[in-house]
Amino acid sequence: MRGLLVRLLYALGLPAVLVAVWWVASEGSTDVYRPPLRTILTAFPDVWTADRWRGDVLPSVLRLLAGYALAAGAGIALGTLIGSHRRVRAVCEPVLEFLRAVPPPVLVPVIMLFAGIGDTMKIMVIACGCVWPVLLNTVEGVRAVDPVAAETARSYGITGAARLRDVVLPSAGPQIFAGLRQALSIGIILMVISEMFAASNGLGFTIVQFQRGFAIPGMWTGILLLGLLGFVLSLLFQLAERRVLGWYHGLRATTRRSP
Amino acid sequence: MLDVRGLKKVYESSGRRIEAVRDLTFTVEAGELVCLVGPSGCGKTTLLKCVGGLLAPTAGQVALAGRTVAGPPPGMAFVFQEYGRSLFPWMRVGRNVELPLKQKGLGKDRRRELVADALESVGLADAAGAYPWQLSGGMQQRVAIARALAYEPEVLLMDEPFAAVDAQTRADLEDLVRRLWRERGITVLFVTHDIDEAVYLGERVIVLSASPTVVQEQLKVDLPAERDQLHTRVAPRFAELRTHVYAQIQAAKRGTAAMVDRAGEGTSKGA
Repeated sequence: MRGLLVRLLYALGLPAVLVAVWWVASEGSTDVYRPPLRTILTAFPDVWTADRWRGDVLPSVLRLLAGYALAAGAGIALGTLIGSHRRVRAVCEPVLEFLRAVPPPVLVPVIMLFAGIGDTMKIMVIACGCVWPVLLNTVEGVRAVDPVAAETARSYGITGAARLRDVVLPSAGPQIFAGLRQALSIGIILMVISEMFAASNGLGFTIVQFQRGFAIPGMWTGILLLGLLGFVLSLLFQLAERRVLGWYHGLRATTRRSP
Repeated sequence: MLDVRGLKKVYESSGRRIEAVRDLTFTVEAGELVCLVGPSGCGKTTLLKCVGGLLAPTAGQVALAGRTVAGPPPGMAFVFQEYGRSLFPWMRVGRNVELPLKQKGLGKDRRRELVADALESVGLADAAGAYPWQLSGGMQQRVAIARALAYEPEVLLMDEPFAAVDAQTRADLEDLVRRLWRERGITVLFVTHDIDEAVYLGERVIVLSASPTVVQEQLKVDLPAERDQLHTRVAPRFAELRTHVYAQIQAAKRGTAAMVDRAGEGTSKGA
């Protein structure tokens, strides 16, 4: 209990200090573009009404989740395929390096051309950006399966789907999750960007609307909300990771104790 | 039971040709415990992998109960030296033991029975819920042995299984192997570089030459079936046998050195 309190104190200490500094420094500011934090926080409940949550936040989050899920599925599937076959890898690697080097936001105008400006476009933009870290990390993870583990599997006749499910994917798990983690932050960025180009709702759209309408405190509340959203998502991600990779953290803790 | 005839394995990589195993012929009868011992780097692991169907021999053949081995046969179970890497760290002990059985298509009840029985007989009945990395090295190797037992193999292949555990654990594990072999009547092919271990464990010791490997000598171990660390190891006959095997291995090393000099290659080294 006490340990938990101390940890909570550590975790919340710096944010509290930063908010306090912002609060004090902005207090009494008359600059229209930098309103006092007090004004921003007062505006928050007025701006983010139930309607806005339903009409803007929810669609954004759903598009993010859809794009992210697509990227995760495609990235892991393709990555496993490429990682397990040397020839496929030799053929694909140069192309992958090129595609990965293209900054995903630049895809927005391109994807708009054939996917329109609806949800499909935004989900595709998110998916196209998120897929790379998942894909490349999966390739590396699958390649790095321990040769002894692979031979053990072979000697016990563990092949095909069972080998994939029980040996290859769990063994690549830590790396796949590293890719998924990177993809999550990329996804949030692309969610916002895709809504800034052409949209009629969403968090990014709302923030740009506020900025264009000189509703500066409203704009700031949107940015705060985005930060909070990112924070909550990464927290959920960590929870999922702890669950799936519990064995890995335990193993690492053990090997660190006895080198 | 296990018939190895004219086995030869040559590795070829980037223009270099390494002859790890030259010509090996030996048999292991059903229910026998045979130890293969040879100087370090003499291709013991290569040999065992060929026997287990994990490597394809360059020439010669391996037959298990009359059927030629091409790929890992269901009648063989492998215990590797690197227990930490051979057990899957993402599965608990019980699932590690159970996984090969699932692949064999056994029913759930039968699997549970085999897993419990195998863990029981290696003295880890209550470790099924632990992760392998929560156990000590010796216990992990016990789990690997339990996994092999549960698989109900005709032949158990063990590749220097105790090379990485401490001496006391090693003695316990040796006795465990002896006991399991006597209780279950399985056929065991045990590879080691430890002469004492080979003599203590085996009913027969096959001494291998240095790489490129041939059979240097086959030796029947005429120690009583009932062996224990305290008395067997100080028995005069044990000392005679181990001295003999040691002399053979020294001769094997010298023999190869002379051969290499004559051939003027000097690069042959087993994997």
